[in-house]
Amino acid sequence: MKTKNNRETIMANQSFTRAFVLLLAFAMLVMTGCASNPRNPDDPLEGYNRAMFRFNEGVDKAVVKPLAQGYEKAVPELVRTGIGNVFSNLGDVWIGINNLLQGKAGDGMSDLMRFAVNSTFGILGIFDVASEMGLPKHNEDLGQTLAVWGVGEGAYFVVPFLGPRTVRDAVVLPVDMRGNGLVQLDHVPTRNTVLATRVVHTRSLLLGTDRALEEQLDKYAFVRDAYLQARRYQVHDGNPPIEYENFDANGKNSRGPLYETYADALALAAVGRMEFVNHSTVDSAPEIVITR
Amino acid sequence: MKNLILAVCLSVTSVLASASVPTDKPDELVKALTEDVLEVLRSDGGLKNGDVSRAVESIEKIVLPHFDLRRMTMLAVGRDWRNATAEQQQRLINSFYDMLVRTYSNALTEYRNQTVAFRPLRMNPGDRTVRVQTEVQQPGGQPIPVDYMLEQNGKAWKVFDVVIAGVSLVTNYRGTFAQEIRAGGIDGLIRALETRGSEIAKAAEGKS
Repeated sequence: MKTKNNRETIMANQSFTRAFVLLLAFAMLVMTGCASNPRNPDDPLEGYNRAMFRFNEGVDKAVVKPLAQGYEKAVPELVRTGIGNVFSNLGDVWIGINNLLQGKAGDGMSDLMRFAVNSTFGILGIFDVASEMGLPKHNEDLGQTLAVWGVGEGAYFVVPFLGPRTVRDAVVLPVDMRGNGLVQLDHVPTRNTVLATRVVHTRSLLLGTDRALEEQLDKYAFVRDAYLQARRYQVHDGNPPIEYENFDANGKNSRGPLYETYADALALAAVGRMEFVNHSTVDSAPEIVITR
Repeated sequence: MKNLILAVCLSVTSVLASASVPTDKPDELVKALTEDVLEVLRSDGGLKNGDVSRAVESIEKIVLPHFDLRRMTMLAVGRDWRNATAEQQQRLINSFYDMLVRTYSNALTEYRNQTVAFRPLRMNPGDRTVRVQTEVQQPGGQPIPVDYMLEQNGKAWKVFDVVIAGVSLVTNYRGTFAQEIRAGGIDGLIRALETRGSEIAKAAEGKS
């Protein structure tokens, strides 16, 4: 019986990966057919992406959103917080590894400490004691590590069921999901329950944004642009270059940095990236260009 | 993306203006607006029950007077702004204003006991553009960074962008707006914004 279970597990894991690869391959196939006349430089796959976005919205409307609404109503906030903390804690090891891979030893060690502290004092991660102790939560994944290593993000790409990504992040998604402790459980029914809970929990956090999104001129484009902005922000650890132009006819259109000198801004940014430096205290300088 | 818009709205909402708001110091302005909005959120029962019209009132009265709407609309429209006539620009500003009011008001009705923390201001004497950094802290969730970009015009500082977890509320419209302008020119964008606005107003009436 045990071997049978094991075999089922292995097969289930394999079939998960295989199904994922097939989905991606299918998506790539469809999008090559739709890639005509690219208008937005970030979104050459717009035809495919819009179709997949509609599909994902259908799934959300029919299944995920009602579950998330029920979950929000039925489960007390305190319990939901605990559930969120457990998932967050499981992810901290992978976040730490990625920080180490990006050369940020201080942040990486802090993430591993978080996991150690929260798994023990935080009772299996239910309580986020580490944040109170001054070990802040970070946001890292393999896609961001690749970005730091110089891999471009590629086109915007809506993944079936999972939603907005870039091609770079979609390719490493199976690895990221494993790293997050999402699909490495051996017991298949348990794994599926954990996965489903995680999806529903995550969706419940987004319920408050639904109405604002519905009121946009074009929900697809709004979500795409917000995702790409947020993603670049994560890759730059909160300090992406921002440019504010002046389009008034009388604008002189000269570009000058916000900080006294450009070198200042660069030096501050460099300090912020140094290892063993707590980002929250250094407050690294963003590179902001203002056109007057 | 988690709770992004909500946080944005909250934060934005928190940018309230009242007569006593100090407009000559950017960080104190943001702080005063935030505190005014939070005050309204905590005391107003109607708002808590999802009454959008109450939220609209607060936003228009407290927050938006301290926003540079012309600058915001220009940044949202992008380089096509230069090709718009003065009349088109004014209509764009008006319809964008309506859209901001809606977005912020919706966000306010989603208020769930979040608090706002302020980070120390980094500013050199003589700076005319400054970023005021805040964090919206929600019970049980990770804090969401919300930054206000302010510019000095004359003596008063005005907000021209709100950046929530890296998403600029203003430039995020650029993709959508550019798309409308490609399809129907600047008038096409104005029409789309005005039509959408009246659709939503009608839907809201139908509900109440």
